[in-house]
Amino acid sequence: MTQAFRIENSGLINRDKKLSFKFNGKTYFGYEGDTLASALLANGVHLVGRSFKYHRPRGFFGAGVDEPYAVVQLYRNGETEPNIKATEQELFEGLEAKSVNCWPSVNFDIGAINNFLKIFLPAGFYYKTFMWPKSFWYRIYEPFIRKAAGLGVASIKHDKERYEHKYEYCDLLIAGSGPSGLASAYAAAKNGAKVILAEDKPRFGGSLLTSDVNIGNQSGKDWAEGIIAELKTMPNVVVKNRSQIFGYYDHNMLVMSEKVSDHLPATKKYHPNKRLWYIRAKEVLISSGSIERPIVFGNNDTPGVILSSAAKEYLKVYGVLVGRKPLVFTNNDSGYETAIEFKKHGVDPVVLDSRKNPESEIIDEAKNLGINIKNSYVVVAAQGYKKVKSADIASISEDKKQLGKIENIQCDCICVSGFWTPTIHLTSQSGNKTKFKEEIDAFVPGQSKQNEITLGAANGVFTLEETLKTSFKAGSELSKKITENDNEIAIPNVVEKKSSQHDKFWCVPLPKGKNYKRFLDFQNDVAVSDIEIALREGYRSIEHVKRYTTLGMATDQGKTSNLNGLQLVSEIENKVVPAVGHTTFRPPYTPVSIGAIVGREVGKHSKPTRKSPMHSWHEKNNAVFVDAGVWLRPRYYKRGNENLFEGSKREAKNVRTNVGVCDVTTLGKIDIKGPDAAELLNRVYTNAWLKLPVGKARYGVMLREDGIVMDDGTTTRISENHYHMTTTTAQAANVLSHLEYYLQLVWPELNVNVVSTTEQWAGAAIAGPKSRDLLQKLFPNSDVSNEGLPFMGYIEGDLFGVKARIFRISFSGELAYEVNVESDYGNFMWEKIMEVGEEFKIQPYGTEALSTLRIEMGHVAGSELDGRTIPYDNALEGLVSKKKDFIGKRSLKRTAFTAEVRQRVVGVVPLDKQTSIPEGSHLVKDDKAPLPNPKLGHISASCWSVEYDNPFSLAILKDGKNMIGQKLFAMSPLKNKVIPVEIVSSHYVDPKGERVRS
Amino acid sequence: MLYINCPHCGMRSQNEFSYGGDASVKRPELNKEVSDQEWDNFVYNRKSLRGKHLELWQHISGCRQWIKVERDTATHEIFRTFKADEEVA
Repeated sequence: MTQAFRIENSGLINRDKKLSFKFNGKTYFGYEGDTLASALLANGVHLVGRSFKYHRPRGFFGAGVDEPYAVVQLYRNGETEPNIKATEQELFEGLEAKSVNCWPSVNFDIGAINNFLKIFLPAGFYYKTFMWPKSFWYRIYEPFIRKAAGLGVASIKHDKERYEHKYEYCDLLIAGSGPSGLASAYAAAKNGAKVILAEDKPRFGGSLLTSDVNIGNQSGKDWAEGIIAELKTMPNVVVKNRSQIFGYYDHNMLVMSEKVSDHLPATKKYHPNKRLWYIRAKEVLISSGSIERPIVFGNNDTPGVILSSAAKEYLKVYGVLVGRKPLVFTNNDSGYETAIEFKKHGVDPVVLDSRKNPESEIIDEAKNLGINIKNSYVVVAAQGYKKVKSADIASISEDKKQLGKIENIQCDCICVSGFWTPTIHLTSQSGNKTKFKEEIDAFVPGQSKQNEITLGAANGVFTLEETLKTSFKAGSELSKKITENDNEIAIPNVVEKKSSQHDKFWCVPLPKGKNYKRFLDFQNDVAVSDIEIALREGYRSIEHVKRYTTLGMATDQGKTSNLNGLQLVSEIENKVVPAVGHTTFRPPYTPVSIGAIVGREVGKHSKPTRKSPMHSWHEKNNAVFVDAGVWLRPRYYKRGNENLFEGSKREAKNVRTNVGVCDVTTLGKIDIKGPDAAELLNRVYTNAWLKLPVGKARYGVMLREDGIVMDDGTTTRISENHYHMTTTTAQAANVLSHLEYYLQLVWPELNVNVVSTTEQWAGAAIAGPKSRDLLQKLFPNSDVSNEGLPFMGYIEGDLFGVKARIFRISFSGELAYEVNVESDYGNFMWEKIMEVGEEFKIQPYGTEALSTLRIEMGHVAGSELDGRTIPYDNALEGLVSKKKDFIGKRSLKRTAFTAEVRQRVVGVVPLDKQTSIPEGSHLVKDDKAPLPNPKLGHISASCWSVEYDNPFSLAILKDGKNMIGQKLFAMSPLKNKVIPVEIVSSHYVDPKGERVRS
Repeated sequence: MLYINCPHCGMRSQNEFSYGGDASVKRPELNKEVSDQEWDNFVYNRKSLRGKHLELWQHISGCRQWIKVERDTATHEIFRTFKADEEVA
């Protein structure tokens, strides 16, 4: 296949490296350095898609980030990605892409019938039509709309690519490597400032790559290359291409997406696909340039109608002609530059200029080259369906209202220039209020909000000389403020052609009797007539007009359409453009891959997994793990074909009859030291702490200031001024913050230090009637008798040479101990316990058995302390001191908290002693009552009681105190169960607590 | 993302901090009789200010100190930061 539209002696592509690629199944060739767009155009392919609403044929309109049409589905390395702009996608060997939004093919698209029905699809069509009947929405309308909409298909496969995040700090961040970006970066770098220069395209230089200018006796392009080469050698400068700064956030934080691998057939090993940079900059220089805006005329969406600057870029950067019979339609001198380039490459363009008699150096050059120029002429409509074949043109009156006689001229492309729109997105995102500049008919930055300055074309400055002068100065002065260096930089002399004033003209009137669609927004198919309807229907605010018509709401965010839309609204409303105002610019400037935003926080990386020191032992012994917050804990240790129910029952039963060991390393641990430590505990916990002797532990409950239980746990007095606090696994971090809050802000006079020691200690709970016998064997030199180590006692011991802390505390309700050693010895401790415990028939038990044991004992835990209960609700009111004050005490006097029928924890047993009650079931008086059936309480935790061999649950029940013995129903609509139950005491096993003291 | 000057550590990004609410709230003294209204004001009632606001942040992934931050709730401008025990004039 020949590249029929590729020309010799032009372009920056590497002609030595030919690349093959596929588009819609057909193979083509391009060169290294091409974009998918330039390679397709080189092959004469103009039809790349179908429009969003009317399914009209779509070609290429731009050559970069502003492209509204050429959005394709990309296939790369076995994966697919939608919403790829062909104008941004660099060509690589084997690239495959397909058109989107068309079926069965881009050439024959059934949806194009919408084009003939377009009278039925005006603005607001969907809002008006799909409102009734209501039942149609889910079955008919939504599936239909979903199928019709969309610009590609997201892959449902797991993304194999890797995305990285990077945090960076710099003195100056410069967005855009055109003349202003290069000049300011160079000046700042010479002053020793830390500079990051970001360019979204593969090539640096911006407009210098395509404009016919001289800087310091070199071409603009050579000057740019020289500057970049020098910047790259400087250690204080980071130069990044393929990197789009897309968001400007608070306190000079900007976010940049670097495409690391998109230009390669496959991502290299150990490389990310994209890298997201969070950059905190002392100063931000926005040199984002400008985007050419179109002139609106009939059928201006026909493939072959293209921005004149894009046509020039395809020619100068890629050596590609967008047509061989070009028509240039312009209201300013930029169109002439494009025409001159065509002419220089042996193609004869025709220029239509809406101005009557413009004069400038550029126009003179065009005239000298013999280019056919028609003044006061406009394109009325493009002709041709899948490609421009000709154009209806006419002269236009000076007031731009009357068209002359319509003529048709042959052409194969229409290069359109309606002057330039500064790219003020980043400036505006920073909070800068923009202002309208009459001379250029566009918005420019106003007063800077953050430490940001906008330079060059982005600031509405369209001459190179002025741009370089202000940019060198800005780079120099801003860096001087930071580094205090002041290196003089000679500003190079500039040769550029002067332009004349553009024509304040943006829309060609309709000729009599014609009803051409004149598009404003090319991606969302918003035409002049749609805006007219919206205004006729009473929409006034530009924000409302935008949402009703979807103007500027497509993935290109109206980069080429917004200003013309504003012009139209202001014209109809008879207001000036600044009075209409513009819609808000929000990040991202251009679509960013979700993968890049998510970064490495995928799968298990989204939350780091914490493992106890004994984890590998659990793994080796068939533990089935469960997520407990960020921890992985053994749920049960599977034997043979046991399931969870059987395994946990066996383990729990073994605790009740012999002895079990459970890994309790995950419990939060806080070390508390200082002369006022007891006073702190006394204020934090609801019970009294001042008289706890050394070597004793105490159970405590802490509240939030609103009286709700925050956490519970035991705290042990290790020595005079040293305490060891335990918290629940889930609340560990919150409790530490809570203590720090009171110590630092509320009671700074307390002389106490707190620090988390959760990771410093490995813990094993040894529980069961034989636990003391086992302990004695583990610590032969310690007195662990009931007298030597009574319930809630604490001693230090020697575990085969390892220092250990031994607490006699119990969560299971059995005689139990907790042994702590330094984490590094955790596995040693565990293995010793298992080894010595063998003769006592020890078994490890997991969280499921742990829950069973605590539930049937009536010990409250996280499912009861759920952030909605007070001490009374948990039958913990005995631990609430009446004498002293503590955090949250005052709230307990609230009327609701002292109500007669206050909720309270109870036990629940199914009448049939068979059916397990699902957690979360509601307790009701009458299972047949009409809905909503009044709820009396809910099941908070369920287990299979190993003591009685029947199901048992805990519940928080209204007036629970007086409900013991009542018969209720537990209803679970989720599980579709209604279970008759009896309310019993929450202390189902050993209600007097004799075992723990035995 | 805000850039907060921790009085102990220097300029740090917001993701190292956690927010702690209105810094002007004073906890009633322990063991003091407090009316329902006073207690409610302490526990629940907060103004949703637009403008300058003195608030608490904890440098949770840094020095773990609670600090006071004077911030504009509308513009996010941070005027001054203080250590927990510093008086705010």
